[in-house]
Amino acid sequence: MELFLLFISAAIINNFVLSMFLGICPFIGVSNKFSSALSMGMATTFVMVITSVVSWLIWFLVLVPNNLEFLQIPAFILVIASLVQFVEMFIKKVSQPIYRALGIFLPLITTNCAILGLALLISMKDYSFLEGIFFGLGAGAGFTLALIIMAGIREELELADVPKPFRGAPITLIVAGLLALAFMGFAGMIS
Amino acid sequence: MELEILIAVATMGGLGFIFAGALAVADKKLRVEENPLIAQVNEVLPGANCGGCGYAGCYDFSVNVVAGKTPVTGCPVGGQDTAIDVATLMGIDASTSVRMLPRILCCGDNEEAVKKMTSYYGPLSCSAMAQISGGDKLCLYGCLGGADCVVACPFDAMVMNEHGLPEVIDELCTGCGMCVKACPRNIIEMHPEDREVFVFCKNHDDPKTSKNVCHVSCMGCGICARKSDGGVVMDNYLAVIDYEKFDETKIPFDKCSTKVIRKQNFSKN
Repeated sequence: MELFLLFISAAIINNFVLSMFLGICPFIGVSNKFSSALSMGMATTFVMVITSVVSWLIWFLVLVPNNLEFLQIPAFILVIASLVQFVEMFIKKVSQPIYRALGIFLPLITTNCAILGLALLISMKDYSFLEGIFFGLGAGAGFTLALIIMAGIREELELADVPKPFRGAPITLIVAGLLALAFMGFAGMIS
Repeated sequence: MELEILIAVATMGGLGFIFAGALAVADKKLRVEENPLIAQVNEVLPGANCGGCGYAGCYDFSVNVVAGKTPVTGCPVGGQDTAIDVATLMGIDASTSVRMLPRILCCGDNEEAVKKMTSYYGPLSCSAMAQISGGDKLCLYGCLGGADCVVACPFDAMVMNEHGLPEVIDELCTGCGMCVKACPRNIIEMHPEDREVFVFCKNHDDPKTSKNVCHVSCMGCGICARKSDGGVVMDNYLAVIDYEKFDETKIPFDKCSTKVIRKQNFSKN
């Protein structure tokens, strides 16, 4: 039950994109088509779960016992960069169309602050191994959810009669703001 | 203290080593086989990634050449040597590609173009002048003299001459077309290197205005168009050569009062 609550909390209440404003770049960048938003969400979730596992191991088994807490950020970045490389190879092997649809945003997962944020939060909140995995899963699910909602809205927006000055980026940012406002409604339900 | 540093270095080094090993294994296992021809074609290209071919870089160009979507002569920078190399790799005959060079179609230099009564003070780049006030000269179509094309040229193949007009150094030019894009007045055009007859003007003003703004403008009298059997057409007071139908012997070069349509041998200057 605890773990489930943690998952829900990470996915919806403390949504990484819409409540903590992490990972805005792919949120705006890859949310113009539903299919690519979904695969981007999947790829990011995959990286997030593995990151939470590996960074938990490195933090609690390597860095803390050796009093190397100050190496936290470089070590985590190393983990994330390697994982993204791996995911890139994997996706290129499995599906060329998805690889091309994600384009530059795939290698940019490396610099997605949501992932470094996740690793840092896990070490900061002293989660257990299992909690870390569920937190990562929840964060990934929340990221995917935000991306999918945004993509759905933006696909409809294509057909809408948007006033000229708001077309393109402005209306996207307004929609993102309104979405964040909606998610703020969950604030405080589970701390 | 020293021990701490050692531990830190060893930890980060060890981590890096482990991840590098894992990635090397993954690379072996997950390698995607792609056509080896792509890499070979990419090898013989200039590798400048200038985008002159219209693709996102040399690699993208190779992919499209191998896929048969673009001709082997598509690389304007590498010219004929590259075209032959690519064609050999692709196993086809290299049709001789014509080298394209930029030609500056304006001769309103500092002496010939009429200056405004006022002076221009401001950023000395063509793009700024074109937007703010149109620079010093009255002509709305001619060279602004701000040397944007010279700046844009990645190969130092453009210089401003002493009269304030840009000149192409044909030997250095690779035909990438950056100068064409840089010119806000669109007076630079790409033409085959052996083409010698041009209308060196872009002025669309009516005869009276064009006479007032420049001594060497095309006034739009249309005498060349009338004599050339469709080789020259008039477009809004400007003679434009239609190189498809054009016949050099029919152009009345000496009838042009401003000598703006003329034959110029570029290889000699």
